[in-house]
Amino acid sequence: MTTVLEQATNTTNQPAWLSARRDGGKAQFEMLPAPTARDERWRFASVGKLSIDGFAPAANPTADTLTGLVGRSNLVSDRAGQLVFADDMQAQFEGISEQLAAQGVIYLPVLDAIAQHPELMEKYFLQESTELGSEKYFGLHAELVKAGSILFVPKGVEIEKPFVNYYWTSGEKAAVFPHTLIIAEANSNASVVDIFFSETATNQALNVSVSNIHAANGAKVFRKVVQDWNEKTVSFQLDTTIAERDTLVKNVAVNIGAERARFENQTRIEGPGADVKMYSLTVAEETQEFDQRTFQTHNAGNAVSDLLYKNALLDNARTIFSGLIKVAEGAQQTDAYQTNRNLLLDPTAEANALPGLEILANDVKCSHGATTGNVDSEELFYMMQRGIAKRDAMKLMVFGFFEEVIEKVDSDELADNLRELIRNKFESKIH
Amino acid sequence: MSETDTEIQDEAINVDTEKGNFKYPENYEFDAGVGLTEDTVKYISNVKDEDQWILDFRLKALEIFQKKPMPTKWADKDLENIHFDEIRYYLSKGQVPARTWDEVPDDVKETFERLGIPEQERKFLAGVEAQFDSEASYSRMKEDLEKEGVIFVGSTEGLMKYPEIFKPYFGKVIPTSDNKFSALNSATFSGGSFIYVPKGVKLKQPLQAYFRINAENFGQFERTLIIADEGAEITYMEGCTAPKFETATLHSAVVELVALKGAKIQYITVQNWSSNVFNLVTKRGMADEGAEVKWIDCNIGSRLTMKYPGVVLKGKGARGEVLSIALANDGQHQDTGAKMMHLADNTTSNIISKSISIGKGRSTYRGQVHMPKHLKNCKNNTECDALLINTNSRTDTYPAITTRGENNTVQHEASVSKVSAEQIFYMMQRGLNEGEAMSLAVNGFVNELMKAFPMEYSVELKRLIDMEMEGSVG
Repeated sequence: MTTVLEQATNTTNQPAWLSARRDGGKAQFEMLPAPTARDERWRFASVGKLSIDGFAPAANPTADTLTGLVGRSNLVSDRAGQLVFADDMQAQFEGISEQLAAQGVIYLPVLDAIAQHPELMEKYFLQESTELGSEKYFGLHAELVKAGSILFVPKGVEIEKPFVNYYWTSGEKAAVFPHTLIIAEANSNASVVDIFFSETATNQALNVSVSNIHAANGAKVFRKVVQDWNEKTVSFQLDTTIAERDTLVKNVAVNIGAERARFENQTRIEGPGADVKMYSLTVAEETQEFDQRTFQTHNAGNAVSDLLYKNALLDNARTIFSGLIKVAEGAQQTDAYQTNRNLLLDPTAEANALPGLEILANDVKCSHGATTGNVDSEELFYMMQRGIAKRDAMKLMVFGFFEEVIEKVDSDELADNLRELIRNKFESKIH
Repeated sequence: MSETDTEIQDEAINVDTEKGNFKYPENYEFDAGVGLTEDTVKYISNVKDEDQWILDFRLKALEIFQKKPMPTKWADKDLENIHFDEIRYYLSKGQVPARTWDEVPDDVKETFERLGIPEQERKFLAGVEAQFDSEASYSRMKEDLEKEGVIFVGSTEGLMKYPEIFKPYFGKVIPTSDNKFSALNSATFSGGSFIYVPKGVKLKQPLQAYFRINAENFGQFERTLIIADEGAEITYMEGCTAPKFETATLHSAVVELVALKGAKIQYITVQNWSSNVFNLVTKRGMADEGAEVKWIDCNIGSRLTMKYPGVVLKGKGARGEVLSIALANDGQHQDTGAKMMHLADNTTSNIISKSISIGKGRSTYRGQVHMPKHLKNCKNNTECDALLINTNSRTDTYPAITTRGENNTVQHEASVSKVSAEQIFYMMQRGLNEGEAMSLAVNGFVNELMKAFPMEYSVELKRLIDMEMEGSVG
């Protein structure tokens, strides 16, 4: 991937700590070998087909392109702020109200945040790599990241409306490195929607995005992710959530696009009373591969984490769900759950499940479940008996399967938009 | 090893040998020495007077063993503490398998007395193939079984006397190169049971064998192959105990089961090696059309056990089952699990695994379920339940499930729990002490699976669990 390295990010006026982190990232990317199937963390992934060769940060899109994409950034109308990036170039920045600014809320693009709030950024920015296999690509992100949104919510401030970030790809063979950082101070409340889209159905792209949530004592954070890249995109999403005492953190992800999508989601519970939810819904078709690795670490007792990943598979698509719950020694009274449900709609689709547990404390309630199956023939029969055509009955059941996750987004407008995206993707395929 | 250690050990050995006039080590007529080279393998083969093809098989296996890396990428790092060049790979009293109880040497009898074999005999179990070190020292079958054409012999005897029966399946269910330890076994195997049950013969009583390690640093590499011909049925039981020694010993068996059309094989293991034994075992069954292979596995002893019994569901409508109980106490790691490879339509498999971790014990479930795309109507059910007794007990679950095809369903469930304080309180209120209450609760946890074991085994198991639970509370 030499082409990327030749076009380093503009580093003038960069603070020393950031230069050090970027250099560290570069070294990490160059030193670490590409993943192999022998690595347990890449088990079942078709690493042989994983290539990031030939991608490079794109030239800035034209003003017309930017205007067009801003116009299409319309999934959430009622919001506290919005940022739109196209090929990592800022296309729109709709800042926060004066009232929120007066309360000390910060919502800025990454580069502006580095310039205006260096101390805050030094403390949190690029501090969480991944343990789940993509360390090499985290290094590349650290070296090249320039687009993204920073949200800082001070103590006790509660913001009802969401902040919405769009990350578009546009140019041919463009590499993008979006970054979402959410810092929620004690007893604050905020929600963020991250949306990943491609301009056309054919522009090839590489995405290595990173997202970090820091929820301090008593904070409530809700993050929704919509990933609908075109099927020419190779995507890595490396997410980390750190939940302190008495926090409530919800992650809901809807994954529809990309040729290959690797998703690494780490959750660390550091304080008692924390409650972290992770919900995901994936629609995989054609030759798509969704590779999901999750890690729920309970370092403190008396906390709850709950994970539900649902995948519907068509054609020759593949999904890999590999999850691990780790309860550290002494983290008593932990409740940790993990559920993976796979719905095979074609016999050629392949679902892999690796639901894992590592429990080092005895007073815990932990369970995981994984099921894979087809549409229930009895349910289908029941509906057909009542005059519903087979095709319609199938559709109902598939949407019913998704609804459990969709209703969790807690916004009628976004939920409707998501249903529409899913419908577009595969309605014609159910037969 | 320090001098005192050696002395203590010598003393221990002397105590053991005096009893039954059993001198150690001179009494071992054949001794391949320490370490594993081509010469060791040739020596073993020579002593056993084997045919050339068996020697060739062994030598090829040795080559594979030496080439394969240790699986420490995913497995317990404790494996690195096995020093292959300090292990004895073959020891035998040079006995041909004895036929009647009277012919068995007194010292051997003495040991078996403690293992309770005569008791089993009294219970009309069909036959006993008891392994004393590498060679079977006693083997006997009820005459009626012989009349029905059942073959029940040791591995060497099986390959030499009945090659037309055993050779076609030997090393076919578990190829030599399956893993490092199956290769090791293939190079050095001796002892074990080779069984053939003819078409339609249904054994009403289980066949049984006891294994035992009794030489320090002495690996035991028994090899078992059971073939149930069309419509045949057999239950085989295997139980192990071992005296305690100062340095680690290695046990690495290979067990292959072949259930032809409509046959049923049930293989029961109670593993209670002493806590310095590495127990690294490869077990796999092949089930043809309509056949059933069932593994019932109970692991209580050893330092590290790695064992994942598997069933290759090769024929339509075949059924595979693994029921397992693991008990991990301080210093023990029970790394067990199951593999189900579905290769035909309408095949079903069931895995139920229950583990109990006591003190710093660690129990691990590793599983694999595979359903490729051309299959229809296959089902798998997996349940793993772990019970943690003490605050620092540990359990892990690492299943891997791949599913494709039409109308296939897989479900996997795992849960982790502890014995509830209310339960213990309730029992203590009724006069049990805390230890007894705990034992009762643990026995309740595994009770459902215990029922799968023959009665005398479940009694023994209950006793073993009580023993392991002693001193775990308070």
